Amino acid sequence: MAKVPVQFRLNGSDRAAFADPADNLLTVLRRGLNDFGPKYGCGQGTCGTCSVLIDGELRLACLTLAASCEGASIETVSGMADGPSLHPLQNAFMEHFAAQCGFCTPGMLTAAKALLDRNPNPGREDVIDAIAGNICRCTGYEPIIQAILAAARTLPAQRRS
Amino acid sequence: MEFRKDLFQNERDDNLNVVGKGVQRQDMPGHVTGRSPFFDDHAFEGLLHLKVVRSPHHHARIRRIDISAAERAPGVKRILRGADVPVNKNTLLSLINFGKDDEPSLAVDKVRYKGEPIVAIIAESEAQALAARALVRVEYEPLPAVFDVEEALKPGAPVVNDTYPGNCFEYHEKYDHQKLRFGDVERGFAMADHIVEDRYQMSPIEHAPTETNGSIAAPEQNDRFVVHSCAQGLFFSLGTAAKIVNLDSNRLHFIGGTVGGGFGGKVDSLTEPLAVLGAMMTGRPVRYVLDREEEMLHGGPRGAERIYIKDGIARDGRILARHIRSYFDAGAYTRLSSYAAIKCTAHLPGPYTIPNVTSDIYVAYTNRCPSTAMRGFGITAVDFALEVHMDKGAEACGLDPVEFRILNAYRDGDMKAHRRVAKNTALIECVQVAAEKARWPLSEEAQRQSSLTGGGGARAEIPATPIDENGRINRPETRGGRPTQTLPAGTMRVPMTKQPIMEGSTENRPSAPSVPQYEPYRPATAAPPPPPPPVPASRSAAPPPPAAPPVPPPAGPAPASQHGAHRFSSVFGTRRR
Amino acid sequence: MARFRGRGMASVNYPIGMNLGGDPSQALIHSNPDGKFTVALSAIDLGQGMKQVTRQVAAETLGVPVEDVYVDTADSDTGPHDMGSFASRGTHRMGNAVIAAAREARGVLLEAAAEELEVNAADLVTDGKGNIHVKGAPSRAITVRATAQAAQFKQGKTIAGRGIFLIPLSSVDPETGEMNPNTAFAHACLVADVEVDDETGEVAVLGMSSAYELGRVINPKMVEQQLVGGAWMGISHALYETPEPYYPNPDHGPRDFNEYLMPGPGDIAPYSITILERPAPDGPFGGKGPGEMCANPVLPAIANAVYNAIGVRVNDLPITPEKILRGLRANGGVKPQPRRGGAL
Ligand code: FES
Ligand code: FES
Repeated sequence: MAKVPVQFRLNGSDRAAFADPADNLLTVLRRGLNDFGPKYGCGQGTCGTCSVLIDGELRLACLTLAASCEGASIETVSGMADGPSLHPLQNAFMEHFAAQCGFCTPGMLTAAKALLDRNPNPGREDVIDAIAGNICRCTGYEPIIQAILAAARTLPAQRRS
Repeated sequence: MEFRKDLFQNERDDNLNVVGKGVQRQDMPGHVTGRSPFFDDHAFEGLLHLKVVRSPHHHARIRRIDISAAERAPGVKRILRGADVPVNKNTLLSLINFGKDDEPSLAVDKVRYKGEPIVAIIAESEAQALAARALVRVEYEPLPAVFDVEEALKPGAPVVNDTYPGNCFEYHEKYDHQKLRFGDVERGFAMADHIVEDRYQMSPIEHAPTETNGSIAAPEQNDRFVVHSCAQGLFFSLGTAAKIVNLDSNRLHFIGGTVGGGFGGKVDSLTEPLAVLGAMMTGRPVRYVLDREEEMLHGGPRGAERIYIKDGIARDGRILARHIRSYFDAGAYTRLSSYAAIKCTAHLPGPYTIPNVTSDIYVAYTNRCPSTAMRGFGITAVDFALEVHMDKGAEACGLDPVEFRILNAYRDGDMKAHRRVAKNTALIECVQVAAEKARWPLSEEAQRQSSLTGGGGARAEIPATPIDENGRINRPETRGGRPTQTLPAGTMRVPMTKQPIMEGSTENRPSAPSVPQYEPYRPATAAPPPPPPPVPASRSAAPPPPAAPPVPPPAGPAPASQHGAHRFSSVFGTRRR
Repeated sequence: MARFRGRGMASVNYPIGMNLGGDPSQALIHSNPDGKFTVALSAIDLGQGMKQVTRQVAAETLGVPVEDVYVDTADSDTGPHDMGSFASRGTHRMGNAVIAAAREARGVLLEAAAEELEVNAADLVTDGKGNIHVKGAPSRAITVRATAQAAQFKQGKTIAGRGIFLIPLSSVDPETGEMNPNTAFAHACLVADVEVDDETGEVAVLGMSSAYELGRVINPKMVEQQLVGGAWMGISHALYETPEPYYPNPDHGPRDFNEYLMPGPGDIAPYSITILERPAPDGPFGGKGPGEMCANPVLPAIANAVYNAIGVRVNDLPITPEKILRGLRANGGVKPQPRRGGAL
């Protein structure tokens, strides 16, 4: 099958890959660009482990055609830390022991970031709503909810502009 | 989460530096940055992808396999069939010499469950492997299938697994199930005031880890193969793969240890052997990952279990006898179910001291995906059944369910049904604390009970036990057979395990007596046990220890209407009527 | 049409490690020239926290700060054999193997320090902060770092240790089932409150409260992870999930997470946990292992709570709305049972 070129910004850097027209973004990120942050959990849009931000919107990379991302700006968990300093969500996930196997964590963090980016003061229901598309088989969700709420509480000091 | 440090305090020294501290996990920075290296997070140049053709039938003879069109499909590098697998029959526990090889990596002349792998396609991309998979032609002759564990064990049922033509795992090359015989349950039932019987069922359960099963195998330097694996047992998987592809174990280099959830579903080495074989055959890295649908339908679930429980309970709430018959649904091949049945047997009758216990645990083959280990393997389903049954037992004798459990709970020094003495028990304290938290009213007697006291004595004795030949392999007439012999009281036949050497422990444990003589079986009768210990006139601060129901000598017949139950003092030293 | 509340309880125990033994674990430990330690294993961390449990056990035994120890697992070229992460065996079996390896390494460490301090190794203790000193005389001290450097470059000693833990395999009597299955058992009791809707048949878990006896808790945060996540799985097993909802009918298999039901973040209930610690005589620092049992009491407690709420016994898992409604119909309606206790 003829490959087509696709270019986008990935975590702030310009990247290019050749993809099959039918390739989804998850495959191109992982196998084309070696960004192993987003995970394959189902390829069906039902688990959220592949969550990424495309132009600031929460998207499932497994359901997104790579070719449709031409010129877009894509953020994955791999670019979430600001250099060596972790994002408040990453710190909060650590403090609240909100990961066990860690496989859902990249998607959870991405969904949580999408929430906090648009709503820096979420309530518990907002958090539940934001991660309702992300499956976690290990934690029972409560520590994740607590971590996101705690991260939100640290935001005003650090992020309010 | 809170601690009750006051309990068992004198058994601990709480002066450790690091142990007991909630310090951060070593792997947490990797988890929150997406850097934890799961098996699929490794880049390889020239990576190939493997997909398998699966049976659409529950049970069928394979007439013909035609791979010619698939071989010509774009991107296809290699197609594997059963004949390409060096050792195409294995059973997981062969690594510890338990059970016979019964499961092929790729089915050859028969498929025994829907989803059984038959052909493996290795192609340049997943899409190409999937496209070629659709071109493989397999002709089947469907066969009758069986799905119910009890149906499968009936004479004339379709044979699921030719290695075990009776459709059951064979224990000790002698019986079609694993037995537990402790005391005389029939006499216990005869003496009981209440008989509580029921049937329980746990449906299969999928492990559903967020990371599906998979592996990547690649040629490495020194003529070896590196395997990135999600196995729950690294050497278990290495050994299984080495056997199946017929390589020395040191030609394989397994890397894993960071796994996206397992819950038991990553013990079976579902993908490693074929990935390694693919890498051997193509000379290139091969990735074999189950998609989510395959994981759900063909990944091997927690097997279904059907459990029958019969309890005989005295009027005062003491359980006198418990019989359990249970069926593990292994699916089409053994995998680990054979182990679960023994683990389940060891667990019975639950954390309670019951003087007469028997169980018959079967592993039955059915035409479904082979089941495997899952969190609580051998225990979770039977705990559900036992604890619902305890609720019913409490109701039958009019006791509060919490009191009923404390009354029957095992304690330090009690003899368990598998003939080992209980130590380090803490059920009573857990029940007391949970009741207190829930403000569940408890009698003073129940609050005063302790795991540390009241056990042992008569409760430490091994009762005389009727033995039977029920369920001899290939001898259907022995089903439901009567007892043939009596094992005398106190008899042990399995030597005590040598304790592992722990520093500071020089304790030499006694070894078991030699194999005992059998006595001819004498039918059990409900004979009057000796009178109860006297009820103390005034209760002292320490409650009298609970007396185990004494085992009466198997003497002459007694009137059928006679119940022995009222003769037992309750654990609280008071009699209930 | 109404909602009915009920409460149920269950108590369980759980065996630690592979039934009948025969499941060895090995560990290797060595030190860098500056006294930082690496533990090499082939144990698997599938989320339960194997790496951190063994790290803490190694640090405690060596007598060094936990930051001075890293666990490297699992690579079959460097990590010695381990049976695997299942049967709640990790903490108990591998913990003991790590203790054995760490003891051996600590022995060399103290010998090397004794040589430097010109004292008897038996008189030395560690302070857990990176120092070794004479018992009762904290000023006669040397750092672990200096000791390791001396051992390596001056004394020619290797600060390393090997460990194995094995409970030998034993057999089962075919006639009686007599056996030596396990040496350590953990315990739990759990109370669950539910609310059942007699119109839809849906069961909501309102809250749970438990007491767990787990031997020595190696890391309370990780124990909490297991117990909270496991209780969620217990709710899921009790009320939601199965690939064969009409077992033994093999049809209706799920293909994705829309068809395979599990409770989401909006379906969880408050859960209060109390920990009891009765150390296992042969456990690492008395540790047992909570990994598997944490779901077990939830299933029957919920089933019993459903009965307490509406008088319907569901003996077949999972307890689906359909089974509740059929049970209600068979019973001729709701038959609430006596209330028990106060709010959780
Ligand atoms: S992998 Fe994209 S939603 Fe599951
Ligand atoms: S931490 Fe394992 S799936 Fe969420």
